[in-house]
Formats: sequence, C-alpha cells, structure tokens
Amino acid sequence: MRDQDKGSRTMNKTLFIAGFFAASLAFSGGAANAAPGGVVPPRNDWSFAGPFGTFDRAQLQRGFLVFKTVCASCHGLEKVSFRNLAEEGGPEYTEAQVEAFAAEFLVDGGYDEFGDPVQRAATPADFWPSPFANYQQAAAANGGKAPPDLSVMAKARTYERGFPWWITDVFTQYNENGVDYLSAFLQGYVEPPEDFDPALGNWNLYYPGHIVAMPNVLFDGAVEYPRDAQERPIVPETVEQYAKDVTAFLMWTAEPHLEARKAMGFQVLVFLLVFAGLLYFTKKRIWARVGGETEGHAAG
Amino acid sequence: MSSHPTTYVPKSAAAKWLESRLPIIGLVHSSFVAFPVPRNLTYFWTFGAILMVMLIIQLVTGIVLAMHYTAHADYAFTSVEHIMRNVEYGWLLRYMHANGASFFFIAVYIHIFRGLFYGSYKAPREVLWILGVIILLLMMATAFMGYVLPWGQMSFWGATVITNLFSVIPLVGDTIVSFLWGGYSVGNPTLNRFFSLHYLLPFMILGVAMLHVWALHVPGNNNPTGVPIKSGKDAVPFHPYMTVKDTFSIVCFLAVFAWFVFYLPNYLGHADNYVPANPAVTPAHIVPEWYFLPFYAILRAVPDALFGVILMFASIAVLAFLPWLDTSKVRSGSYRPIFRVLFWAFVVTCLVLGWLGSRPAEGIYVILAQIFTVLYFAYFLIAMPLLGLLEKPLPLPNSITEAVLGKKQASGSGMPVGAAAEPQSKG
Repeated sequence: MRDQDKGSRTMNKTLFIAGFFAASLAFSGGAANAAPGGVVPPRNDWSFAGPFGTFDRAQLQRGFLVFKTVCASCHGLEKVSFRNLAEEGGPEYTEAQVEAFAAEFLVDGGYDEFGDPVQRAATPADFWPSPFANYQQAAAANGGKAPPDLSVMAKARTYERGFPWWITDVFTQYNENGVDYLSAFLQGYVEPPEDFDPALGNWNLYYPGHIVAMPNVLFDGAVEYPRDAQERPIVPETVEQYAKDVTAFLMWTAEPHLEARKAMGFQVLVFLLVFAGLLYFTKKRIWARVGGETEGHAAG
Repeated sequence: MSSHPTTYVPKSAAAKWLESRLPIIGLVHSSFVAFPVPRNLTYFWTFGAILMVMLIIQLVTGIVLAMHYTAHADYAFTSVEHIMRNVEYGWLLRYMHANGASFFFIAVYIHIFRGLFYGSYKAPREVLWILGVIILLLMMATAFMGYVLPWGQMSFWGATVITNLFSVIPLVGDTIVSFLWGGYSVGNPTLNRFFSLHYLLPFMILGVAMLHVWALHVPGNNNPTGVPIKSGKDAVPFHPYMTVKDTFSIVCFLAVFAWFVFYLPNYLGHADNYVPANPAVTPAHIVPEWYFLPFYAILRAVPDALFGVILMFASIAVLAFLPWLDTSKVRSGSYRPIFRVLFWAFVVTCLVLGWLGSRPAEGIYVILAQIFTVLYFAYFLIAMPLLGLLEKPLPLPNSITEAVLGKKQASGSGMPVGAAAEPQSKG
C-alpha cells in the first residue's frame, strides 16, 4: 500500500508535468483537432447553415444509405434510435421503413423463463446496434485502434479559424467547421507524398498530422443511390457526393433538433427585439417626467 | 436590503397584518422601489441587474438539467446526450446553461471594469467590492466544475491539469490533490464531488450576491461623476426609472445571448468535449474556457510551477486589496487624466493576456506573457498607489445635477427633496 502511495505520488507529479506540458502547447479557438500546418478544409454550401437552415430530407436519406452501407461496418451510432429516423426534422422515413431497418438487427432481449439470455429483433425504440460488442473487440478487429462512435462526430471535430475569422464567424453564423472538416477528410485520401511509408498507416490530406488509421472507404459508384424514371441516379454517385451526404447525415445525428432550434431562435429574437423596442420608448416616456435621461458626467 | 426607514404604507388589511409581523413588503419597497439612485447612471450600471437575471437563468436551467443528468463516469456523457436528444427542450436547457456561463462572465467582466473605471471600490464601498471579488472566485470554481460534468475529453483533461495545480503546494500538495480527486487520479469520485459542489456553489453565490446588494444599498450607487448624491435633484427613485432602464438593457443582453444559444451554441465550447473522456488519450491541446484565459496566461508565464500558481491566484486576490492600493481621493476615472489612459492600457493588457492564454507557451509568447503579467500587476501595485499622489485630477462638479445639466439648468426636477438624501451617510 505504501509503495502504491509512493507510486501514485510520483504519478501525480508526472501527470502534473504532462498536463502542464500539454497545456503549454495549448492554443484556443476550439481547434481541438487541427494541428498546426494542417490543411484548411474547403467551405461547402450546407442546407442547414444560417438562421433559416433546414436539412435536405433526400440528402439525409442518401447519407443514411452511405452510413448503413459503408460506415456502419466499423463505426457505431449508439446515441441514435431507429425511431429517430422517422422523427420530424430528420430523414423522416416512414414508420414502416424504420421498422424494416430495425428488423434487420438482433439485439439483446433479456432472459427467458430459465434465466438464459435471449435475442430478439430490434424495434424502433432500440438504439442503433454497434458493430462490435465492446471497445476491446473493436480495437482488436481494426489494428489496435477502435473506430470512434459517429453519433456526435460532426461536433467533435473542427479546424482552427484564426484571426479575424473567429470574430466574423459570430456575425456570419459560420459554425459548420466540423462538417466542412469531415467532408474534406472523407475526400482527403489523395496521393501521398513520395517519401511516405505506407507501413505508418493511411495518408489523408486533411487529417492533422496526415497519418490516420482509417483507410479510404469511399469510391465512385460504391453506394447505389435512388434512380429516376430512366433508371439514372438522381444525384451523382461520386465520392464527393457521398462524402457530403453522409456528413449532412452525421450533422443530423449530432444535432437532431437543429431545425427546431433555429426556428425557435428566430421567434425568440423577433420577440426580444420588438420587446426591446417597446421598452426603449417606454423608458423615454418615463424619463421624460424628470426632464429626460441625463447620463454620464459631462454637461450636455 | 436597505437600512433606511421605509416610506411604504400598507393599504390593504392583509398587507397591514403581514407588515406588522414581517415587514418584508416594506423592505422590498425601500430597496427596489423608493431606493434613490443617481440620475446619471449609464448602461454600464445595468449589469448588476443583468447578472441577477443570468444567475437565475443558470439556477433554473441547472436545476432542471440535474433532474436528467447522471453523475457517473460511465454515464455522464451519455446522459448529456440523452438531455440533448430525448428530454423535451433538453437541447435548449443545456445550450442556455452552457452559453449562460459564458454570458455570466461577459456581464461580470463588464461589471468589474465599470467598477474599476469609476472607482466603485473606494470608500465607503470596500466591503461591497470585496464581496464582489468573492462572488467572482465562487463563479470561477462553479464554472470550472460545471465544465467537468459532461465528462468529455476537455472536461477530463481540464480537471486533471487544474486540480494538479494544487500539487505544487509544499508538503500538503499531494494530499490535497488526492483529497480533491477522491483517489489517485481524476475519476468517478472526482466527478461526483464536482457535481455536488457545482450544485452547492451557485446557492453560495446567491447568498453572497444578496450581501452584495445589501452592501450596495447602505452607501448607495456610485455614479459616473463619483460625486455622491447631495440633494433630491441628484436622484431618481429606483422604480420606475432604473427598473425600466434595467429591463431594457436585460432584454438587449438576452437578445445577444439568444443569438449564441440558437445559432452558435457550440461556438464558445471545445469540439474535444464531444469526445468522451479517455484517460489513455491526451488531447493535442488542453485549453480552458475563454473566461479563464488571462489567468491561464499568467500561470504559464513563469517556468516555476509553484510561482506560476501563486501568481495566478494573486492576480485575482490583488483585486480585493485595490480599495487600499488606490490612493486617489477622486473616484471617477473621468476626472483623472492619467488614470484614464492607464485604465485602458490595463483593459488592453487583460485582452492581450487572454489571447496569450490561447497560444502555445513557447518562444515569443512566453516572453510576451511575462511582460504583460508584469504590466497586469504593475497596474495594481505601482500605478494605483503612485497615481493618487502624483496625478492632478480635473475639478469635480459640485453635484451630479450640475455635471449632467450644467450650472444654469441645475434646477431640473428629481426626487422630492428629503426623500432622496444620500442613504445612510454622506460618503
């Protein structure tokens, strides 16, 4: 016990130094994952950007298709229930479609009358089942690095905006840093530099430090999109389109009430501004009783 | 809140009955209705009311959030996402609470700088000022612990770095840190006690804020001239004059707040905090919330950890001594030509320190942080004591009314004479 005490004390010191050192490397702007010298991802036109932004249902449904076909074999989406897919403000699948999606999965069904564990078909109330039973299994199956859950990924990544953009962003309401990064990342598996050693991992233009465990997963034509009457895909089946669609879908999974939030924000702001206007004139009226407002210190 | 006799006369039988047993309506009446305030208060004087509103918003949203939050290392992150997804308007509560903390600090910093400029800390308001410094410290502790609760990466590593600061205390440092952690590293016991304290401290803030208002109502408000109320003409009753002005200001402030809550809810946060806490992975950059950045810069300005921690705490503690460090007899910076320049230099110093707190502690940034740390302390320890002795202030107006209406018009109406003599004493 004493030894453990001593060990932990040394660890405290080490942790402190480590923390201090890490902190000493710190810089702000919420630039959690943008290493210095990282490539700035290009801006996209997102339907959900701006004060009146809404999701494009068709895009969310295509994004879900990409997720289901490509991402879901390694990544979880554990915060999302099947029922969410039918809810207002999301991909808005029908109840029947959602039931069909759920029915493809078997989930833990508790215990039978003999106390033995049973499995049952998933229902819309269930969460999206993760592809691996636990963290260790996920890591073991993926070369030691467990693929992260994607539920809030669109908010968990960003890049540094730098001066003066971090100020102008407040006025232009640019907060699509995460989705711009994700979309760029998915398209970022370009030709690596000549001296790159493939044994290190995969090379991505936008990933901080460029070397990433995840391989390229998107290829033109990899996911079949809905067709029109002439059997042609309505939107191009390209990496760029896949990346944008699945990123929009992940924005929805990270922020399922985005549409309600923005809609309410407009109402709240209109109310507050009208109320402020009325209060301003009320205040003028009231202060007129004592000869008007007399602020400050100088005669005026 | 106010110790001067009330002018409230109960009219109904019920009010008379209550007033003769507990004169609470009279107390409220004398404190927030009849209370005389200087007629020249600017919008900078509305931040006290704004802060009260922010405190109430934080309390109400926080109490409801606590009904849905699970303070356990395995469930905290998921329970926050549960609030964001499944609790009715949970996203609104959480975004209001998280951004509310930032806006609480925006308001408190404006409030503090207003006090610094107009000498609101000087006699007879020293206790009022010190209570304010205590509120600031409580706010910082509350905000820090609140940021730990979502149990994201920045929660975990921020908690690790900040609690580790205490390990530099000689002899008892490690014991204190173990005590804070409830173990040998930041973990579930840490999260539990932080949640408990995060719930407790706001009520302490509320209590100290009440003392703060009480201590305000004894000497009365300072004002842009720094000259106390001398006659009824200098003052107006709190209601309706300040109530309507405060309300207007509050609504404008809430509009800016709403802009962030509804349109930029994660702008003031860190993306890393949407990654669940992982003791095995250190984030590339551990950065505190923006409102801690100037103090963080001071902490990292010196290579010696113990000295850095002392400096950081001293940077806040020095505020409490300001009433005695400032030797000038003149309160308002408007009549102090040299002070005015140094005040704005101090504001710039704080902003630069904030920027440096967000930069890596290397190369030129360290040197700059050291220079601006010296400037920060020089304002309090050198400029304030010396200026009062060296500076020749401009002539003060004879009264608030004279200052704002000019000598000729000094007959403008105000409160009925007598009703608004400066409360208590002629400070």
